[in-house]
Amino acid sequence: MTDQDLEAAIAVTRFGLGARPGEIAAARSDPRGFLKAQIRREGADQPQGDGQTAQQRIAAFRDYQFAKRETRQAKAGDGAPAATPDANDPVKMAQKLIREETGGDFFARARLGALTEAGFRERWTLFWANHFTVSATKLATATVVGPFEQEAIRPHVFGRFADLLGAAETHPAMLLYLDQATSIGPDSPAAAYFRRGPQRGVGIGPNLPAGAAPKGLNENLAREILELHTVGVNGGYSQADVTEFARAMTGLSIGGLREDPAFAGAPVFRQAAHEPGARTVMGVRYPSGGKDQAGAILADLAARPQTARFVCGKIARHFVADDPPPALVDRLQASWMASGGDLAQVAETLIMAPEAWDPTPAKFKTPYEFLISGYRAAGGAPSDIVVLAPILNALGQKPFSAPSPKGWPEEAEAWAAPDAIVKRMTWAQRFTAKATHDRDPKDLAAQALGARLRPATALAVARAESRPEGFALLLMSPEFQRR
Amino acid sequence: MNLTRRTALAAAAGFGLTLDLVARQAFAGTESALARRKLVFVICRGGLDGLSLSPPIGDPDYAGLRRSLALEDKALPLDGTFALHPSLGAVHALAKAGQARIVPAVATPDRARSHFEAQDVLESGAAAVYGANSGWLNRAVSALSIQRKVEALSIGATAPLVLRGPAAVSSWSPGAVVDAEARLPTLLQDLYKDDPLLGPAFARGLATETMAQTAMADGDMPSMSSPPAAAGPGVAGLVRQGQDAARKLGETTAGFMREPNGPQIAAISLDGFDTHANQAGQLAPRLAYLDALLDGLNTGLGPDWKDTLVLVATEFGRTARINGTGGTDHGTASTALVLGGGLKPGGIVGDWPTLKASALFENRDLAPTLDMRSLFKGALAEQLGVERAALDATVFPDSAGARPVTGLV
Repeated sequence: MTDQDLEAAIAVTRFGLGARPGEIAAARSDPRGFLKAQIRREGADQPQGDGQTAQQRIAAFRDYQFAKRETRQAKAGDGAPAATPDANDPVKMAQKLIREETGGDFFARARLGALTEAGFRERWTLFWANHFTVSATKLATATVVGPFEQEAIRPHVFGRFADLLGAAETHPAMLLYLDQATSIGPDSPAAAYFRRGPQRGVGIGPNLPAGAAPKGLNENLAREILELHTVGVNGGYSQADVTEFARAMTGLSIGGLREDPAFAGAPVFRQAAHEPGARTVMGVRYPSGGKDQAGAILADLAARPQTARFVCGKIARHFVADDPPPALVDRLQASWMASGGDLAQVAETLIMAPEAWDPTPAKFKTPYEFLISGYRAAGGAPSDIVVLAPILNALGQKPFSAPSPKGWPEEAEAWAAPDAIVKRMTWAQRFTAKATHDRDPKDLAAQALGARLRPATALAVARAESRPEGFALLLMSPEFQRR
Repeated sequence: MNLTRRTALAAAAGFGLTLDLVARQAFAGTESALARRKLVFVICRGGLDGLSLSPPIGDPDYAGLRRSLALEDKALPLDGTFALHPSLGAVHALAKAGQARIVPAVATPDRARSHFEAQDVLESGAAAVYGANSGWLNRAVSALSIQRKVEALSIGATAPLVLRGPAAVSSWSPGAVVDAEARLPTLLQDLYKDDPLLGPAFARGLATETMAQTAMADGDMPSMSSPPAAAGPGVAGLVRQGQDAARKLGETTAGFMREPNGPQIAAISLDGFDTHANQAGQLAPRLAYLDALLDGLNTGLGPDWKDTLVLVATEFGRTARINGTGGTDHGTASTALVLGGGLKPGGIVGDWPTLKASALFENRDLAPTLDMRSLFKGALAEQLGVERAALDATVFPDSAGARPVTGLV
């Protein structure tokens, strides 16, 4: 084994999503070149789902809400008891939509992860999807996480950060997830209109309870952009900056029921709901200017060195270590600032950084990473969402359902709980009982880990009393659990 | 040579055992009482609105600030000022029996109004964010280890920060069924013997799984995610399912704690309390789950409830005023709950700052009158006997200024 063998294994397992049979051999002649070749301007690969857009899904969700309202009104009308036939139960309808659409999107993404030959490109993409988390934990966003990733994230992951930021923050899924769709300027004409009388309804966001008219500001998205997406919690902003930024973003919403049907479910800017006046955010004054005001603030945030520092720290933490070498973060930040936030450049800097190739695997795989790398090691791909969802739920990583806007945790301590290791093992037992067939587990181990395979694991795999047991030992080995 | 060494080791072990027994006898009276004591920490993630959990319906400014969110006559009254949210029937019954008290204006030292920063501070027990990378409950286990062996368990698929740290703790969530016949667990323990992360974690996981077989409420698997089959039509059916699951989770946690070598300390997280919009509709089911969880703990612990203290806390409260979308934004002080069969009588814990405009924190939030660490320190001191010096220095670093609350149990 040479250094190059080890680097090939690191390229495929740490930068990528785990080795499919033959992949480490393919990376051997030039591990860095193997990774660099996966960077491309047009962005990430697209999963092969049903092709529905966020706009279509939001429109479908509104139809469901109408059905719900009608059911409720019908009930109130004839005084019938609460029982409704299953087929018309709006909750069951919603559950079916979520199961089929969200499940379908997630399954398509998992298959892409298991089958792709560009594992680094997909890992880089998953990093950005988690950085700009939209979670299916809200009913209104349950079916749009997949389209969000496809429309806002994947096309931009090797472009400029400013473009990725703009696409993510103005996507209808994000506007719904962080409540921007219903935020309006307290001194805007729309607020005055709502104050005058009962709601006659412009179609503001779908997430409204009956009878609750939007009356003002919601600062959720503004705060999370500052705290989680750009400068970070220590980026030097105050509560006043959050509120000012939230005011600047008012008007940004989603096309509603009584508006031009072409914009139903699409991002729109309503001048009438925009808070008039100039704003000051982090010491910079932005003259009144409709939607350009928030655009200018976003562009400035993207360019700030605090943003480069915060986001590069996260990249290093994701790819290399929970507590990454400061030299690596410095290197990434310098590349970011020199290139104006060109993510293709930053990706290349990561690949060329010596700190990223430390032979010790410091990252403990998340449940999704573990499962996908398991399928890759077997040379297979999941056959159905119903084989994926239960184990991800059990391991605490429910499909598309990050617990908060911060996304999934990165650190080993979050995922290596005692109970979680036992659950990984019971999954490995079930998985290998089906996946092994007539394969030699010694060969599977060599293909999956290359020069990273430790003698103790190789010995345990060789001594296994059955093929599934040998393969399960490989999947549960300390070096396979890490990258 | 070998024999001699082994004999010497055995002798040393025997001697240690004797010493241990002598020490135990000396403290037997207080120690055995303390050894029965249990502490459960429930974290409500997302920023639980204290003004909805325990609405101050007697405060003259409450209705004006909360407008359509004000609960008024629907709430379950506690005293002249406070009530409980209508979803909290079981907690209300406990309060009426002197087994639950509210802490209506408590906050961590963090003022950034960031979920993640505030949760870090709530769980790490540090004075500021990034002040510690382990949790205060874990360090409490370490501090107690010089007196007696204390086991701790987190419920849930991921380990919460509050129980992470140098002391080895267990975790459990429903779902794993270990095949007792398989060789794999033994082979893996061998493969993990030099692994500082996987080795101890795996051994604990297997031990907890064995315990789970008897701890599980009526042999049934509680589910922590939304169950597939509806217990009735519509949203009401979903809420009933959620309540059933939460109650079962409480009972199962209680089952673990009643095992002979079961944990004395448990941590459970509930989420979904970030109610920026349509708060009334979002909060009612979440509080119903909290109520069912606490009810399940109470009934599951049975005779041990008298030795149990339950703390319920959140990372921050929410704005005093309703916002523009029928919800509330990130605020500062909120309500914590203390429950248990051994609670001392008393009214609210801490002072009520009122909702007068001049009393609001930054003209926006309920002002804190009590440091969250004071509450936690009081609970650890009185319930588990953690020494004051350890509380001030290691469990809650640099916290001598935050004096422990007294008179809880």
